[in-house]
Parts: sequence; C-alpha cells; structure tokens
Amino acid sequence: MMRRLAAVFAMLLCCGIAHAIDPLQFKDREQEVRFQNLTKQLRCLVCQNQDLADSDADLAKDLRKQVFDMMQAGKSDAEIKQYLVARYNDFVLYDPPLKAGTVLLWFTPGVLLLVGAGVLVHILRKRARPAAAELDPGEDW
Amino acid sequence: MISRLLPLLVFAALVGLLLFGIEWNKHHEMTEVPSPLIGKPAPEFTLPLLYDSTKSVSRKDLLGKPYLLNVFGSWCPTCQFEHPILTAQIKPLGLKLVGLDWKDQPEDAKRWLAQFGNPYDAVITDQDGRAGIDFGVYMAPESFLVDAQGMIRYKRIGMFTPETIKSELLPKIAELSRPATTP
Repeated sequence: MMRRLAAVFAMLLCCGIAHAIDPLQFKDREQEVRFQNLTKQLRCLVCQNQDLADSDADLAKDLRKQVFDMMQAGKSDAEIKQYLVARYNDFVLYDPPLKAGTVLLWFTPGVLLLVGAGVLVHILRKRARPAAAELDPGEDW
Repeated sequence: MISRLLPLLVFAALVGLLLFGIEWNKHHEMTEVPSPLIGKPAPEFTLPLLYDSTKSVSRKDLLGKPYLLNVFGSWCPTCQFEHPILTAQIKPLGLKLVGLDWKDQPEDAKRWLAQFGNPYDAVITDQDGRAGIDFGVYMAPESFLVDAQGMIRYKRIGMFTPETIKSELLPKIAELSRPATTP
C-alpha cells in the first residue's frame, strides 16, 4: 500500500515537472544552455520578480517559445533581447543598460558609498585629533 | 553648529524621500511597464475576424480612421468589469472600437460577448498571442489608441475607469488631430 502511494506520489511529482518545462526540441546541449542563460536574463512581465526561465505564467510560456523560435532562426542573443525591448521596454532585461535615463540607477549606490566613507573618515579624524592632543607631552593644561 | 544640525537635516531629507515615495505610489501603478511603442507605428498584423474566420483584418485595413484597440479575453475577470464602462462610456465617444480577443478560444469569446453584449465594431482573434507580443501586451485588458496614420498614440494598461477616461483618454482623443510626437 505504502509503496503504491509512493509510486503515485512520484508520478504526480513528475507530472508537475513535465508541465513546468516546455517541450522544446533543442538542437544540442549547447543551444539548451544558451536558452537557459538567456531566459534567466529576461524578466517575466506577469510575475515581475521572476525571470522568464522560472515563470509558469502563460505569457512567459509564449515568450519562451518566441525566444526559442528566434534561436532556431539563427538570431543572436542581442537580437532577441532587442526584439523584446522594442515591445516591452528595458524592463524585460534584468540588467538595465547604461544610458542617460539609468545613470542615477547605476551610480547612486557608488556615490552614496563614497559619501558615507567620506563622512566616516571625517568623523574618525575629528575623534583622533583631541586624543592625539591629550598624548602630546608638550601640552599645557 | 552646522555639524549638530547635519544629522537632523539628513533625517529630514530621508523623511521627505519616504513621503515622496508614498505620494508617488498613490498615483503610479508599480507593475505598469510603460510601452516603448507610443509615438511609433502600430505593429503589422493580419488577424481573422471572430465572427467570420475566413476574413481577416490587417493594420493596413484600419488606416484612415483612428480606432481604439481593446485587448480582452473571455478568461479575463477584469475585462468583465471594464465591459459595461466600454459600452456605456467609450462607445458613445464615436471612436471606432476594435476588440482583440487575446489568447482565447473563439467559442468562449462568442459566448462571452453574447452574454454581456458586443460593444465592438469589429472583433479580431489572436489565439496564439503572437500579435499580442508584437503590441507588447502583457495583461488584459489593455487598450491602444491608434490614429488615422496607424501610429500608437496612447496605451492604457488595465481597465478604463470613468476617471481614466476623463483624465487620459479624452485628452488623447482631442490630440488626435495633431500629428504624433515621440515623447
């Protein structure tokens, strides 16, 4: 009985996996790896914190199929990304490109870090100064 | 003196930033992805008519008159909410209404329109969703205002409400007589 249950459970598990993975016929292992890498860099528009490789949304399936078809047609990763950006904005890319509109996004963290470091150095120096004065043997009290 | 005030100023700036964030979120839908197609020609499509699948409508067929392309589906609950607004408030505007039945079974769409009424001047079907991808559709309902030259002038993501018709759609319709400008 237990064994039969376990077998049914295992079958159910397999069903789930078979559903999540589209039946795409890759030419070779290399193409499959390329597909996985590319879809991991693309965002699912429906569940926006998931990548295209991960998402089970209906639109994500369609977009995966589109990416796959374009790959079969010999398009490069850059061309496929360009195709999606033209329709869905830079938002589909997990890595936003560096351009005028994204300068703040790219550099603010670095600038803030530098400002923080500057403030820290400033405070430490200020603290160190009176201490050094205390140690100065020539100091008059 | 200034070094004493500085932490307070930084704190005040931070509070200001957070308040701005709260205010901003009230008026902006965070999941909304602005379309890069606004101010650009509508993508090419040739799609069968829902009520006569032997005939099809293409982008070219629709040139010459502005129209509102409304993406819907019988599977889409929000479309049911938008439907009476579409019928009562957008249809009377006199704009040509084209329904794009997106990723749907024609039989289901016909049943849906029979049940709720058909406000569209034409309904085209995009069963596999390819045309939807070309339009950058990622949810339903979505609507595209296309001018007589075939340029996309405005996109609404999500349903129209009486407020958004007034604040967004009507001004965009009024602008139709002017040539498209890229934002």
